[in-house]
Amino acid sequence: DAAKRILGVLICRNYKGDVDMAEIDHFLPLLLQQEEEGLLSPAITRGNVHFLWIKHSNLYLVATTNKNSNAALVYAFLYKLVEVFTEYFKELEEESIQDNFVVVYELLDELMDFGFPQTTDSKILQEYITQEGNKLEVAKSKVPTTVTNAVSWRSEGIKYKKNEVFIDVIESINVLVNANGSVMSSDIVGSIKLKTMLSGMPELRLGLNDRVLFTLTGRDKGKSVAMEDVKFHQCVRLSRFENDRTISFIPPDGESELMSYRINTHVKPLIWIESVIERFSHSRVEIMVKAKGQFKKQSVANNVEIKVPVPSDADSPKFKTSTGHAKYVPEKNLVVWTIKSFPGGKEFLMRAHFGLPSVENDEKEAKPPITVKFEIPYFTVSGIQVRYMKIIEKSGYQALPWVRYITQSGDYQLRTNS
Amino acid sequence: GNLSIILNYFFAGEIFELKAELNSDKKEKKKEAVKKVIASMTVGKDVSALFPDVVNCMQTDNLELKKLVYLYLMNYAKSQPDMAIMAVNTFVKDCEDPNPLIRALAVRTMGCIRVDKITEYLCEPLRKCLKDEDPYVRKTAAVCVAKLHDINAQLVEDQGFLDTLKDLISDSNPMVVANAVAALSEIAESHPNSNLLDLNPQTINKLLTALNECTEWGQIFILDCLANYTPRDDRESQSICERVTPRLSHANSAVVLSAVKVLMKFMEMLPKDLDYYGTLLKKLAPPLVTLLSAEPELQYVALRNINLIVQKRPEILKHEMKVFFVKYNDPIYVKLEKLDIMIRLASQANIAQVLAELKEYATEVDVDFVRKAVRAIGRCAIKVEQSAERCVSTLLDLIQTKVNYVVQEAIVVIKDIFRKYPNKYESVIATLCENLDSLDEPEARAAMIWIVGEYAERIDNADELLESFLEGFHDESTQVQLQLLTAIVKLFLKKPTETQELVQQVLSLATQDSDNPDLRDRGYIYWRLLSTDPVAAKEVVLAEKPLISEETDLIEPTLLDELICHIGSLASVYHKPPSAFVEGSRGVQHKRLPPRSGSPEGAHSGGAAIPEAVPAVIPSQGDLLGDLLNLDLGPPTTGVAPAPTSAMQMGAMDLLGGGLDSLVGGAALNCNCQTLGWYFLPHLQVWLLAMKAKGLEIAGTFSRRGGVIHMELSLTNKAMSVMTDFAIQFNRNSFGLAPAGPLQVLTPLSPNQTTEVSLPLSTVGPVMKMEPLNNLQVAVKNNIDVFYFSCLYPISILFVEDGKMERQVFLATWKDIPNENEAQFHIKDCHLNSDAASSKLQSSNIFTIAKRTVDNQDMLYQSIKLTNGIWVLAELRLQAGNSNYTVSGVLERERYRF
Repeated sequence: DAAKRILGVLICRNYKGDVDMAEIDHFLPLLLQQEEEGLLSPAITRGNVHFLWIKHSNLYLVATTNKNSNAALVYAFLYKLVEVFTEYFKELEEESIQDNFVVVYELLDELMDFGFPQTTDSKILQEYITQEGNKLEVAKSKVPTTVTNAVSWRSEGIKYKKNEVFIDVIESINVLVNANGSVMSSDIVGSIKLKTMLSGMPELRLGLNDRVLFTLTGRDKGKSVAMEDVKFHQCVRLSRFENDRTISFIPPDGESELMSYRINTHVKPLIWIESVIERFSHSRVEIMVKAKGQFKKQSVANNVEIKVPVPSDADSPKFKTSTGHAKYVPEKNLVVWTIKSFPGGKEFLMRAHFGLPSVENDEKEAKPPITVKFEIPYFTVSGIQVRYMKIIEKSGYQALPWVRYITQSGDYQLRTNS
Repeated sequence: GNLSIILNYFFAGEIFELKAELNSDKKEKKKEAVKKVIASMTVGKDVSALFPDVVNCMQTDNLELKKLVYLYLMNYAKSQPDMAIMAVNTFVKDCEDPNPLIRALAVRTMGCIRVDKITEYLCEPLRKCLKDEDPYVRKTAAVCVAKLHDINAQLVEDQGFLDTLKDLISDSNPMVVANAVAALSEIAESHPNSNLLDLNPQTINKLLTALNECTEWGQIFILDCLANYTPRDDRESQSICERVTPRLSHANSAVVLSAVKVLMKFMEMLPKDLDYYGTLLKKLAPPLVTLLSAEPELQYVALRNINLIVQKRPEILKHEMKVFFVKYNDPIYVKLEKLDIMIRLASQANIAQVLAELKEYATEVDVDFVRKAVRAIGRCAIKVEQSAERCVSTLLDLIQTKVNYVVQEAIVVIKDIFRKYPNKYESVIATLCENLDSLDEPEARAAMIWIVGEYAERIDNADELLESFLEGFHDESTQVQLQLLTAIVKLFLKKPTETQELVQQVLSLATQDSDNPDLRDRGYIYWRLLSTDPVAAKEVVLAEKPLISEETDLIEPTLLDELICHIGSLASVYHKPPSAFVEGSRGVQHKRLPPRSGSPEGAHSGGAAIPEAVPAVIPSQGDLLGDLLNLDLGPPTTGVAPAPTSAMQMGAMDLLGGGLDSLVGGAALNCNCQTLGWYFLPHLQVWLLAMKAKGLEIAGTFSRRGGVIHMELSLTNKAMSVMTDFAIQFNRNSFGLAPAGPLQVLTPLSPNQTTEVSLPLSTVGPVMKMEPLNNLQVAVKNNIDVFYFSCLYPISILFVEDGKMERQVFLATWKDIPNENEAQFHIKDCHLNSDAASSKLQSSNIFTIAKRTVDNQDMLYQSIKLTNGIWVLAELRLQAGNSNYTVSGVLERERYRF
């Protein structure tokens, strides 16, 4: 790892002094050139300097190095920067950097030293690096022991009147459907998020209907779920999970993502789309979209949005829908059909009609797929369940865990014929 | 102009005000002033003039103010080394402050002040901080050792800091351990043979314990360090693997990739029949797949690494094809990588799905992606025999779309399909021929010509088709010319009666009208063969071609093993060894996988995953992303060796073997020298010794022919094995010399074989002043390694043909150039009269503008123009009857670019 330059010309920090700070001037021209050639790459080389960059809204975060650096670490760190700055300033943008440059410098020094990432947990950082210096002068002048503790994500001495944990189980459905209607790939990416409002240093244990665990313990009651891969927050004891599938941890205070998992089963697409897009050259495009809720009748999908691509030179839209409403978004070449509430088992229809100019654009157009967005509360496709959440703290308080389930669309794409 | 003067004026006022505020008695005012200074610094204003005033604010108990002053110091200390000493006392004091935050801040900043003079003052405070009671200070001090080592390595060693750092590996605090490991690894990298890390089972155990407790970043440092260890046996290897696998469940993708690196490496030592080996293989797939849900840049890193892993251990991901299907909204770099992996994973079991996907991609709009998809279809046909027919019909469908670049790509891959399955799909030739006119890319033209030549006996009008290409012979690229030459010779051998005229035409075009040595050489070989022994010619030219391999673009096994050791790093992203892109890493040992268990001598076996001999690889079809990264040793645009020629000619060349010299060096060549405009070449100099380059010897020289600079290279293989995949690259140099095309070594270089290559150079490469000015640093790559040498080029190759200056301009310029640009020297013992000298100089593009004779003294006024547009004017004085010349030269400074 070498010099890291952050936020381009806005602000920068040279951690190692082995890359000339003027090198960054070459970054943007190179990037634009690559973009023009359609050959964009997240790692750009010029001479012996490598620029590793990410983009956040209109800011580029660029790390420069002239060594064989750990590229995965660099990108992960750049995303961490975005996360930390966003938690500090709400929005990471040009203005928030300019207005807070003193804190930004302080953070940059605390986040990384000589190219080595250090403390990057924003909750802990906020204990000793604050935006208003004077206000917390006393607290600021001490290193929280947390920084160097094995438990580096939770401070001691946290107090709540009412001890509660809120658990959100969110499953996202990724689907890719071919133009002929066959499902090319589908999977479920689940996420378990916590909002922890617990005093002291509580020990938590989360119980799921995990198939591997059930097999290990010989338990065979009820439905279990086979998770293909599981990823945990820093706080979870990975070796313990590896040994006996126990998910045990001391949680970070407040909101955090405890774990995510991936399930590779063939899921029936919850909202099935059939589309006929007929293009009559030089005259019109006719679109018919049928949407069917392929989930339990008792459930309801909320805020359903079906985005159907239309040719860029289409005009004079006309719509007819059996429910919800359709809207033409010309700047994105899309028709967006919105259905506030979509009960399971129901079927709806939308027809759209567009005019085409007599002189047509003969440039080849991209074929974007139809995409669908939705949320189905109180339900997980995989059937995963939180069986228990044990909370033990030495003071022995009673704590209440709350669970909520939701299923939503992830990357949900259906290719079309035209 | 004026505006900047005014701005400077205002800025000067601002500095003055800041100076006053910095020296204010009021704390708040002081702090605000320092903030303003830092703000100015941030937007790039030079506030170094305030150095003493800012440093005066250093002694404060206000932490925020102190941090700001330290920040300022880090920025300007280097430009004010004398004043930086003022800060030393405060550092020493701060390192003993009761507040650990201040101690750590001081030790952190100290190391960032890269002023050699003050480093020795920092040793004592650093020593204390390394033993500080607070882990926050210790972890910061550990990093400071690496910083100090970077400034003054000797000092760090003399002071024994390295030993202290090693002790910190046993520290009770995991964060201190992690930073100590990071610092040691960093230092070890610049001292590859120091054995600094000295990893042994005890330290490994400590590291593995710390792994469970430190932050995600610390885990990465430790895993990367572990990867450098070679376990004693398979049992130790397994036990480390067991303790590393839980990291595969970490949410941070970089932790996962570093764990994958350790596992991939140590797995090499596990016996394949061990149950645990199978378990480990199964454990690797899910986390690799999950990486594809990460942010796009991390996905990209993951995909580049998966590409390596799939080549090394194909069994890991063989069932995961679907996750590599391309999504519409994937960034282009992700799309291209996924496609590459799809082809590698294609098998009989999944081919139907893969083909359906590829067909879908081939109708998208992104040209590069579409091209790669079309190629992928061809590669599937070659890889999975059962699918060949469907692939061919898919390609024909695509040709019907008449989308120009799709058609061209399709023809290129169909050529390979013909080679793989001879006599099976020739019925489609008619369809291909329909598209002859639309082919404008050399690769597609060459492929089409190859097809026509190869199947000449089945194509009625083959002669007409080939003749039509011949018309613009000299405008074609070398690749097409070579192919056309071969195709017509093939045609002649198949239909000798009707095509005699055609073959004579092409032979004369190739040998007499071309100044491309490869083309000429090949032309002469054919000519001689045809005129001396037509039967042998037939045997050579129409010889059975070697089989085309199923896998393409395979990374050479030794390199692959090295890259596996670099999983997650830039090397793994570029698919190049660090030595190819990190300066000063030449001497560094290449990383290797541990020896495979059970192999008798414990010898390194690179081909473990590919048990049979490595198949001959189709000359790279251009790894788009590789090109995109612009890291290829060859020039980025044309990049790859011409596929059809080299693949096809291989057999022929090998047969001829060492006989080449006698053929080419014979009479045919000598008599043609003058008429063909061959030029005198100075003697070759040995640039690279075989003993320093694993058997590759390079001798060479430079020349300027037809207005083009050439590097004339003679490559000799003095090793025992065949050399292939040559490429060349220059370091930045004074005149921007750069290869104008790839290094065309068309055939593998057999042991004891020498090949001559003439590499045209351009002068549009990056410029950097070299010492001496005409020094050129060169990197030559082959399948074995990358080698470096430097050579000097005669400055005369830079003299351009249009260097004759107008008389008037010459006079005016001569007067205008200041005296200090003038230099004078004498040439002794040159027995030429002024006219002979003049014409001799002219042949090197040194032009005589005027000649005067004054007092028995001849004065020649000469002009020279360099490739970068600089003019050199010279006056040559020659006393009659004297063999000494006096040269006065002037340089036109104005356009001097350095």
